Amino acid sequence: MSIKVLYFASLKEQFGCSEEQLNVGNLSTVGEVWQQVSAEQNVPQHVLFAVNQEYAQLDTLIKSGDEVAFFPPVTGG
Amino acid sequence: MIKITDQAFDPWHELSAFQLNMRRDGEFGACANFIGTMRDFNEGAVVNGMVLEHYPGMTEKHLEKIVSEAKDKWDLLEALVIHRVGELLPNDPIVLVAVWSAHRKDAFEASRFIMEDLKSKAPFWKKEAVIDKSKGAEKNRWVEKNTSGY
Repeated sequence: MSIKVLYFASLKEQFGCSEEQLNVGNLSTVGEVWQQVSAEQNVPQHVLFAVNQEYAQLDTLIKSGDEVAFFPPVTGG
Repeated sequence: MIKITDQAFDPWHELSAFQLNMRRDGEFGACANFIGTMRDFNEGAVVNGMVLEHYPGMTEKHLEKIVSEAKDKWDLLEALVIHRVGELLPNDPIVLVAVWSAHRKDAFEASRFIMEDLKSKAPFWKKEAVIDKSKGAEKNRWVEKNTSGY
C-alpha cells in the first residue's frame, strides 16, 4: 500500500527531500516506516513523528493513503 | 482564533482589534497575554535573522487542540493565538497568546498552559543565521531545543 511521508526542518535536509510516496507492507507501524526510510533499526530519541497530522506512537498502525511525518524537536514561540 | 502568518504583525494592534471585535464588553475582567519577540543573541552567538518553518495543517490543528483543552480546563471567554512563520529579523514579534476571562486566575493559568504547550509540542522549527565567531562569517544553524519555561 502507498503512503505519503513528510520530513521537516533538519530531517528534511538529512533526507534531501520534504515529501515522498512510499510503498509499505500491510499492517506496518510508524516504527517500521522509519526503518524503511532510514535503514535504522530504531527511531532516534530526538525524532518526533505524526500520523495524519497528529502525534502518534511507534506502534501506531498505518493505513493506505496515510500521511506520516518525521521531524526534530519543535522550537516555536 | 488561531492565525499563522508569514507577514510581520503588530501584537498590540491585533490585541486591541480582537478585543473590540469580540463583543464581550462587560463580560471579561481579565486579559492575560504573552508576546514572544526575536532576540539578536542565542547560545553565545549574534543572531542576524531567522527562518521559521511549520507543518501546514498539523500546526493549525495542534494549536486548535491546545486552545480547546485550555477552554475545557479554565473558564475562558475568548482566546487568540498568532504565530509568525517565514523570514524574521531581530525585534520581530514571533508569537502572541491572549486569553480573556472573568477573573485573573483563569486568564493567567490558561495563557501559561497554551504558551508552554505551544513551545514544547506545536510543530514549528527555527533556523537562525548566526555570526561564526572564529571566522566572522554568517552561517545557518537549526535551533535544537527551547529553554525550559518553568
